[in-house]
Amino acid sequence: MSPPLLRIDDHGLFCEAGGFHIDPWRPVERAVISHGHGDHARWGSQAYLGAEPSVPILRRRLSEARIEGVPFGETVRMGEVAVSFHPAGHILGSAQIRVERGGEVWVFSGDYKRQADPTCEAFEPVRCHTFITEATFALPIYRWDPTEEVAREVLAWWDANREAGRASVLFCYALGKAQRLLGELARLTDRAVFVHGSVEPLNECYRQAGAAMLPTRTVSETARGKSFAGELVLAPPSAGGSTWMRRFGDASTAFASGWMRVRGTRRRRGFDRGFVLSDHIDWPDLLRTIEETGAERVLTTHGYADALARYLRERGMAAGTLSTPFQGETED
Amino acid sequence: MRRFAQLYEALDRTTSTNEKVAALVAYLSSAPPEDAAWAVWFLTGRRLKRFLPSRLLAGWAMAEAGIPDWLFEESYASVGDLAETISLVLDGRGEEASAPELPLSRWMSERLLPVRGLPEEEQRREVTGWWRGLPRWETFVLNKLLTGELRVGVSQTLVERALARIAGVPQPTIAHRLMGAWEPTASFYEGLFSPGVEEEDSSRPYPFYLASPLEQPVEELGTREEWLVEWKWDGIRSQLLRRGGDVHLWSRGEELITERFPELVRAAASLLPDGVVLDGEILAWREGRPLPFAVLQRRIGRKKLTDKVLAEAPVVFVGYDLLEEGGKDVRERSLGERREALEGILERARPLFQISSRVDAPTWEEVARVREEARDRGVEGLILKRLGSPYRAGRRRGDWWKWKIDPFTLDAVLVYAQPGHGRRANLLTDYTFAVWSGGELVPVAKAYSGLTDEEIATLDAWIRRHTVQKFGPVRSVEPVQVFELAFEGIAASPRHKSGIAVRFPRIARWRTDKRPDQADTLEGIRRLLDVPGTAVASK
Repeated sequence: MSPPLLRIDDHGLFCEAGGFHIDPWRPVERAVISHGHGDHARWGSQAYLGAEPSVPILRRRLSEARIEGVPFGETVRMGEVAVSFHPAGHILGSAQIRVERGGEVWVFSGDYKRQADPTCEAFEPVRCHTFITEATFALPIYRWDPTEEVAREVLAWWDANREAGRASVLFCYALGKAQRLLGELARLTDRAVFVHGSVEPLNECYRQAGAAMLPTRTVSETARGKSFAGELVLAPPSAGGSTWMRRFGDASTAFASGWMRVRGTRRRRGFDRGFVLSDHIDWPDLLRTIEETGAERVLTTHGYADALARYLRERGMAAGTLSTPFQGETED
Repeated sequence: MRRFAQLYEALDRTTSTNEKVAALVAYLSSAPPEDAAWAVWFLTGRRLKRFLPSRLLAGWAMAEAGIPDWLFEESYASVGDLAETISLVLDGRGEEASAPELPLSRWMSERLLPVRGLPEEEQRREVTGWWRGLPRWETFVLNKLLTGELRVGVSQTLVERALARIAGVPQPTIAHRLMGAWEPTASFYEGLFSPGVEEEDSSRPYPFYLASPLEQPVEELGTREEWLVEWKWDGIRSQLLRRGGDVHLWSRGEELITERFPELVRAAASLLPDGVVLDGEILAWREGRPLPFAVLQRRIGRKKLTDKVLAEAPVVFVGYDLLEEGGKDVRERSLGERREALEGILERARPLFQISSRVDAPTWEEVARVREEARDRGVEGLILKRLGSPYRAGRRRGDWWKWKIDPFTLDAVLVYAQPGHGRRANLLTDYTFAVWSGGELVPVAKAYSGLTDEEIATLDAWIRRHTVQKFGPVRSVEPVQVFELAFEGIAASPRHKSGIAVRFPRIARWRTDKRPDQADTLEGIRRLLDVPGTAVASK
């Protein structure tokens, strides 16, 4: 019996037959990257390979490194295996990574979602024998409402704050979630939005890729003493509670995240509002996707990996967990 | 129901007190009085007692959602709230052609209350039928009513404030009208707004005044002569009402406890004048000394009060204050005057009724010294009351202070953690601590509070990285972190592996400076069993 096509070593998810690691957490010779978030694209490897549309984002994060892009669906030979990237629907350029050797196919999902997102390529199910899936929200309590409804709620909140003369500070990840919100809101309004300094360069990447989003202005480039009453501000969660927040005066705060599905999480964090919006797969879509891949075996990573694997086993599937340091959607 | 659910949502969505009151005012002033009555009933923390066991609701929800019990448990551990967990796992099945809206009062009278007496299978059919007809948020609010834990971050005070604003009467008036037992009916609700002095319901108690912890140096309270100093007794704070020939005893938690203390009721009926209301403490008492609180608990815990229990746990009522005299509310008089009248009244009802003795230390310095005797006397410390003050309501700072003795402490090692509930669901905040016994760590206490939010987050992250084993939601962790626990006393307990039970344990400090081998030993702690004033129960 030959060794498994992909296995965990102390650097990452290793493909010995192809001589590369997928989303390695320590520097390696050759890294194949699913998408640009920090827990998947880490600094220090000698060469990186990613899906073509992810390259501008990877360059921002990894600067000097040797980065190559491959168009979605195109096959690259690496050692004994064929590697290809397929849209994961998570953020711009995010990919599932398909690895094939002698007719045996493995797919690493990376982070993914099935909901429509105007700012990135839609997820495509890929047939495989072994499917490695994320399990960030793999509990039956996680089920996303249609994005359009959430976007309308965000707008209604912003409108109510405008009326009350308050700023609306919406916390969200700088990469992916911010642009998705700007894209969704662009269908409902044309008002400009203020963004934290860490968000704007990523907006640029998205605009160059052709994403239609609301016009943005950077908070830090705004004249001192400017009132933000009635404005919407997008900022990463790390900006909450910092002195950066003071300039907004009386502001309503909200967090856009899958974790906001649970009241306790929102109340503990002390946000006025929580919008349930995630770039990860929810429970029903997760089960549907596993079915659509036709996989004989499922390996689960991060989040509720244990629960998902057990659930699948009880339904007669071969399933196990892979231990990785990927974080999925963190609460911060 | 929809409007009540919307009110709940509005309350849930804001952390601002003013916005909460505004939402309450908007609902209560526009809802039909029969609905508003139920809303007030629930929002002031009343619940449907012994209604549907949570276990049944959880079982029906699993079956409806088609998920195994362990997965439901795992979900519950993440959410921390059963009502919410059920509404989340049931979400997305698509409501049946939206059921016609039914007002809250009719939900209660036509559905929830009648379901109580039905056989289990019919209950199941009813409840699952409601679930199918309601959208997620309303399912959640319905479940909140069924499980009886509304917890929406609204205190009774906020409800009182909203009602007072609508009625245009002072908040204390509303507070008084909401005390005691009442039925959530339209006429009760409308009675809340009557402008005049209401006809007195003879069983209705007054709101309790509660002392705040003394945090400033005692000298800052002013001259010693302005203050009454009493021992802080550790019993059941109660109000005794002797009106129209009847006697009622209320606990601070607004439970009627009259039947638990027949000897007090008899003595009150024969020895106290009519038309008085006393504030005081019920204590288990023998030979001029209080018995441990655990002895008193037997009077509360037992289903049936046998002669044996009555004899084993003899009680007295130690009077603090006089709230009503000759059928008249005397709370506005000064404490000095009230206390004088109280002394006269209790004098005639000895020995089951006594006055809470005055601590006569003449200077603050002396008072501080006397406080050190508290433990030997079996009390928790001192209470300081301003002699010129009226009897206030609630925990209003300024006139009553509690000055407790410093707690005992021990250093223990964190061994298990599990997620908290409500606001702390998803965070590992329920901890079990152990001390050394013969080279082994033996659990001695569970504690849930005492850390800052920041420390909780840090510890949560540490636990996740250092979990040794998971048993459902409980994780055993590497025995590395040492905490100083504060507690009020210990008792021998054969039910615990350690052989002891500690009272009111809470985390005092995270001892990052200590190694686990520097934690305390069980033998050392057991020695406290012999120190007078520490042992809280003898069996």
